[in-house]
Amino acid sequence: MSGPSTYKPSTGIEKWLDSRLPIIRLGYDSFVDFPTPRNLNYWWTFGGILAVFLMIQIISGIVLAMHYVAHEDYAFESVQRITRDVPFGWLIQSMHANGASFFFVAVYLHMFRGLYYGSYKAPREILWILGVVIYLLMMATAFMGYVLPWGQMSYWGAMVITNLIGALPFVGDAIREWLWGGFSVGQATLNRFFSLHYLLPFVIAGVVGLHIWALHVPGNGNPAGLEIKDPKKDALPFHPYYTVKDGFAIIVYLMVFATFVFYMPGVLGHADNYIEANPLSTPAHIVPEWYFLPFYAILRAVTFDIGPIDAKLGGVLAMFGAIAILFVLPWLDTSKVRSMRYRPLTRWFFIFFVIAAIGLGWCGAKNPDDPVPLLGFKFVYLAQFLTLYYFAYFVVILPVLGIIEKPKDRPASIEASVLGNDKS
Amino acid sequence: MMTRIIAAAALALGLSAGASALEGNAHAPEKYEWEHNGPFGTYDDHSVQRGFQIYQEVCASCHSMNLMRFRNLAQRGGPFESEDFPNPNDNLIVMQIAAGYEVQDGPNEDGDMFMRTALPSDAFPAPFDNEQQARASNGGAYPPDLSLIVKARSGGADYIRSLLLGYEEAPHDAHLSPGQYYNAYFEGGAIAMAPPLSEGIVTYADGTEATVEQMAEDVVTFLTWAGDPHMEARKQMGIMVLIYLFFFAVVVYLAYRQIWANVKH
Repeated sequence: MSGPSTYKPSTGIEKWLDSRLPIIRLGYDSFVDFPTPRNLNYWWTFGGILAVFLMIQIISGIVLAMHYVAHEDYAFESVQRITRDVPFGWLIQSMHANGASFFFVAVYLHMFRGLYYGSYKAPREILWILGVVIYLLMMATAFMGYVLPWGQMSYWGAMVITNLIGALPFVGDAIREWLWGGFSVGQATLNRFFSLHYLLPFVIAGVVGLHIWALHVPGNGNPAGLEIKDPKKDALPFHPYYTVKDGFAIIVYLMVFATFVFYMPGVLGHADNYIEANPLSTPAHIVPEWYFLPFYAILRAVTFDIGPIDAKLGGVLAMFGAIAILFVLPWLDTSKVRSMRYRPLTRWFFIFFVIAAIGLGWCGAKNPDDPVPLLGFKFVYLAQFLTLYYFAYFVVILPVLGIIEKPKDRPASIEASVLGNDKS
Repeated sequence: MMTRIIAAAALALGLSAGASALEGNAHAPEKYEWEHNGPFGTYDDHSVQRGFQIYQEVCASCHSMNLMRFRNLAQRGGPFESEDFPNPNDNLIVMQIAAGYEVQDGPNEDGDMFMRTALPSDAFPAPFDNEQQARASNGGAYPPDLSLIVKARSGGADYIRSLLLGYEEAPHDAHLSPGQYYNAYFEGGAIAMAPPLSEGIVTYADGTEATVEQMAEDVVTFLTWAGDPHMEARKQMGIMVLIYLFFFAVVVYLAYRQIWANVKH
């Protein structure tokens, strides 16, 4: 949606700078005058929320790194010292640990928004793929960050996840030892995870730059799923309309965040992580952080060999496949209609997809052999059913429905969708 | 209240820490109305003081608290906090408590280690030099460090209190090795810790009657404080932050209404 620039340097300094490095022009065109569809709802505020949380994590993380000791003998105590003896260390540490969870809540809502409103469709495929890259980087960063406090769950979580790599045929063992820097999770692992945990957020920030660039070429999608035809009628300048709307949403989200940071800082964590890592004592139940639970459930849902692929490798492939499939989603969905507002059948399958994703998270938190409440059968069977649906949504439901579904009439323009009797 | 609702919801979904403890055969911990519960709850300083006495006279013979320094007792939010001593290291009560201990220091100019009277800046001395010594003295069991014990057990303060009060006659089908005791709140039932509290095992400095219930409440309050010493400052700042954000949200919302007033969307 990058039209001709309307920036007019007013002062001498701005004119001088503009003819040498038009950085003010870039900012003005991107975040002030940028034409934004007038019909964006609150689901579109999570992009701004995510930018804020990336900054919160980076700034709080830099402060924590000044006090943290990446050594297997001192890491656990150093984190405790931060919360006890560093001035406001309890606040910074709580913000960083809970910030990770709130980062993921926002990214999941942002992704579901994209799935519902077809944000991944042409011409926004690259935008979507960059988003999936950011999501992958976030998962790697969060996983390594969780190892740093060197509690029991840190250590054993790292052990379980790195051992998955060992399931790869031929090269698995070698790659796993290379990741560990030894023959088990230990000092070398902790040190390199700390290094990478510090590096990756800046890589994320870089890809976020590309993500915004790729957003500003076609412009925002919107609930009607239509492109801006006449910017005067369909669009509003980003500032002040969306700075104020995003700003309001950010503050409300920060209030929920603050409730956790100040009143239940440990509720999203695990009690076992207040016990220092002990390689000789395995916790009874090793569970990852909540934001990984759906993938953990998919991993454990494959309990059978598939031809030459044994159950363990099958689980690993399914888990990585569950993320990899997002990369090709733009070409799996055959429908030309972006917004599910106008896809009466697909929206129900989407709603069940959301339920399946949450259900997988539930399965991931439970012992696979325990019975599901009310249903009676084991959690592993529920996980298998939901895993099947997860993949079917992408490889069967979306391709087929795009062909057989008859979409509802769509408004002629964004302006018409706002002015007309559009109920959804 | 809010905390409890969300925690309960999280628990129901099995997403939070508590979930795994409720599996298995141990009894669910008994809920207790702690003074430090809830968004405005604060520590009962007298209870923390009495709890510290229990720790000193009972727990400390087997359990370390390696993250604790004597000065912590006098810091902001601590049980012996005093306006007269803004620097907790100067606090007379805590200096006196520390003076009751000998700690190793050194090496001195001759290269020798030596013992000296403890200072407020010293750590609580541990009962054993290492894990092996601790196990050798406790029939093979390792008494865990208590600095974070309330946070490190799902069920938290309720669990520790239930455990301390939960010793009972072993059912006939329980298998107890020599030196083990039966406690229905402990996973598996067989615990190597002898019932630590008994009527009158301590004489409280403040004259409170030392019933087993009272001692359990006090020591758990102390351990909760030790695991989360900045809770009061945290809750106080939280309310200010939330009030600030609330008014900020109102102002921005009104600005939003104003800016969008004439725009159909």
